[in-house]
Amino acid sequence: MEMNQYMSMFIDESNDHLQSLNENMLRLEQQPEDIGIVQIIFRSAHTLKGMSATMGFEDLASLTHEMENVLDLVRNDKLRMNGHIFDTLFKCLDALESMVQDIINGGTGKSDVGELVQRLKAIVKGDFAGGAAKAATSAPTEAVSASLVLDQFQLSVLSQSMESGHKAYFIEVKVRDDCLLKAARAYMVFDVLERNGEVVKAHPSVQEIEQEQFDRSFSVYYISQVDEASLRDQISRVSEIESVNLNVVDKESLDMLEGSKGSSEKVTETVQEVAATLAPASSVATPAAESPAARSAPAAPSTGGTAPRTIRVDIERLDSLMNLFSELLIDRVRLEQLASEVKRNDLTETVEHMARVSADLQNIVLKLRMVPVESVFNRFPRMVRDLAKSLDKKVDLVIVGAETELDRTVIDEIGDPLVHLIRNAVDHGVEPITERVKLGKPEVGTVHLRAFHSGNHVFIEIEEDGKGINRPKVLETAIKRGVVSPDEAKKLSDDEVNMLIFAAGFSTADKVSDISGRGVGLDVVKSKITALGGHVTVTSTLGAGTKFSIQLPLTLSIIAAMLIKLGSEKYAFPLSSIVETGSVKRSAIRTLHGNRIIDYRQSIIPVISLAALVDSPDYRDEEEAETEMLIVRKGDKQAAILVDEFIGQSEIVLKPLGKYLAGNLGVVSGATILGDGHVALIVDPNALIK
Amino acid sequence: MAEELKVIVFTLAHEEYGIEVDKVRTIERMVPITRVPKTPTFVKGVINLRGIVIPIIDLRGRFGLAETEYTENSRIIIVSANDLEVGFIVDSANDVMDVMSDKIENPPEVVGGIKAKYISGVAKIGESRLLILLNLTEVLSRNEIIQLEQFGE
Repeated sequence: MEMNQYMSMFIDESNDHLQSLNENMLRLEQQPEDIGIVQIIFRSAHTLKGMSATMGFEDLASLTHEMENVLDLVRNDKLRMNGHIFDTLFKCLDALESMVQDIINGGTGKSDVGELVQRLKAIVKGDFAGGAAKAATSAPTEAVSASLVLDQFQLSVLSQSMESGHKAYFIEVKVRDDCLLKAARAYMVFDVLERNGEVVKAHPSVQEIEQEQFDRSFSVYYISQVDEASLRDQISRVSEIESVNLNVVDKESLDMLEGSKGSSEKVTETVQEVAATLAPASSVATPAAESPAARSAPAAPSTGGTAPRTIRVDIERLDSLMNLFSELLIDRVRLEQLASEVKRNDLTETVEHMARVSADLQNIVLKLRMVPVESVFNRFPRMVRDLAKSLDKKVDLVIVGAETELDRTVIDEIGDPLVHLIRNAVDHGVEPITERVKLGKPEVGTVHLRAFHSGNHVFIEIEEDGKGINRPKVLETAIKRGVVSPDEAKKLSDDEVNMLIFAAGFSTADKVSDISGRGVGLDVVKSKITALGGHVTVTSTLGAGTKFSIQLPLTLSIIAAMLIKLGSEKYAFPLSSIVETGSVKRSAIRTLHGNRIIDYRQSIIPVISLAALVDSPDYRDEEEAETEMLIVRKGDKQAAILVDEFIGQSEIVLKPLGKYLAGNLGVVSGATILGDGHVALIVDPNALIK
Repeated sequence: MAEELKVIVFTLAHEEYGIEVDKVRTIERMVPITRVPKTPTFVKGVINLRGIVIPIIDLRGRFGLAETEYTENSRIIIVSANDLEVGFIVDSANDVMDVMSDKIENPPEVVGGIKAKYISGVAKIGESRLLILLNLTEVLSRNEIIQLEQFGE
């Protein structure tokens, strides 16, 4: 079907709109008087409605349509937002999100929205009954008769805007006879129009157009500041449009329209009325719309201008670019080897130049895959709001550094752990209001969510000003659950005690709540982050709050590694887990309870023979008087790993071992291709240290 | 109507086998194989196939036949099925053949010591040639590796 090619666009854009709806609703909840935000929300909802209708997702369209009706009343100052309306609208957003999710998963996007639609309708009706004076101006949302006669409200809007220097147009658009998706084209035209101004009236109605209930042409009354030529140009750029007929509506023709409608007195009356309602609304809108836009990085799409120009790229294409590039990297290493063997000056120079260029290229390719953490962070304000509400707490979420970039693969994985940690912060960290007041703390708890770069890592921190970790209680629970023995418990430092909350099956909650404590503990968070090559630490002050700090690598696909030899085989160790390299004499290795250990910088650490571990076919360290060793680290544990010979440090490209071997591979975490084309296995130091 | 099936023909312990041509990505000569520790013996390791790391299985070992030294004729057939990509080491591979679907019979109980579940059918070609068609899903079943791993530990 032709729809397929629009599908990915639809999904991307719906997600964008849903995100912006969520964000702006939250903002509106903070500043319910800001009509500017309502306008943005309305526009998003409207676009979403148009898109869904053209794609044939009826339930999506009907729900957004009802939302639009409510929002329309709000933006025209006929309805004030209140808790009930916010809750209903948020519920609608959830419903929309699950419908879009269903579509993404290949479903039909169908869902029973009847109840929500009823609630929205009730809101529209209920407040209408209250505001009697508003009835006269309710025309724009109501279905008007299908002809292109303007009602007084629309007429006055036209004349008002002409007076204030806008241009009014009567536009007739004809789509080509062979056009396949008339509604989609019409939608694109409307999109162009709405980006540049305001559609006052359309014939047939927008709804009918969306449902493809029109022949080949449609016409609109339209207000804009854009001049005729460029408007015509923009509309005709939409493909499959046969003709665009643009007429400027001047004062005279407007008067004629007015004349045909009725007495002019009545109109002036309405004009004044409208002017009265419009004026404060617009004067509020401008400054208010500017200040929040300046605060949060992504401005409303319609303001455009200085926004960076971007294109959407299929992630698979980026992956294949990455693959091709890594092959280039392998060839580069090979060329460097050859050049050093051949020792010809001009060859060496060329290879060096190529090395520099490919290093730059590597940077760019890596950057292409970088996505701001924003895409993960921006679902949290909503989550914290809902959490706080259901727990009857007051919580402010402060996000800093949402523009910090991380590799796409890391972004995809980091969401879940963060959800857990933030839930933990709101549920276990921040105290209930009464308790906070008693402690002399502000009623509203604050959760900080920060992201920042530091060296080759990105840090994400979650910090709240709640009750902090209760050391004795954690220890008590840990001992009760058998995580530590009472003797061990006495020796633990504060930080070590804090880390206990990451142990499997550990929960500090007194009772199982709705949000956490259902057995999914922080241990899952920790293992996920470790799997990403990062680690997580906790610092806490009793009574003052807790901070989780997550350290993540910038990218997962290229790492610095130490290559080592083991007889005829080569292995790679990620540099990030190596503390030191050195050699050890046979005599320095002692045994303790049958385990081999050495004395390393005043501490006793275990000795692991890599040859024995991988069952090397042609090397054994027992035969050597002095062996090379690597000191590796996992958290605060260390171990010495005996190897045959160091080859050197090198940047390697991580390759999966293939699905067939995925799973229980023990010490091997992946593979890489060396300069000579051979495959070397990457040893996972985390698996070596138990 | 009998359908025509294009298969790649290879040999293993003097018997002829076939894999549907659309499951075969390429056929390679022997290349250096990197051993992967803690895998069943029939998993020979991984190779670099133009930038992609691919696991290699000795098909003789997989079927419990005696493994032999690799020769000039040994080939690696890279197959992909059920989004798994695996290379099979076979004694030789040198033919592509059209098999009519009505010439394919159900697998006999046992063929040359190979379990019947690895075989999807046997095709008769001419008077005396028999072609054993492999059931890739079973041959590549990971359950068996997992069992073997547990057995080995």
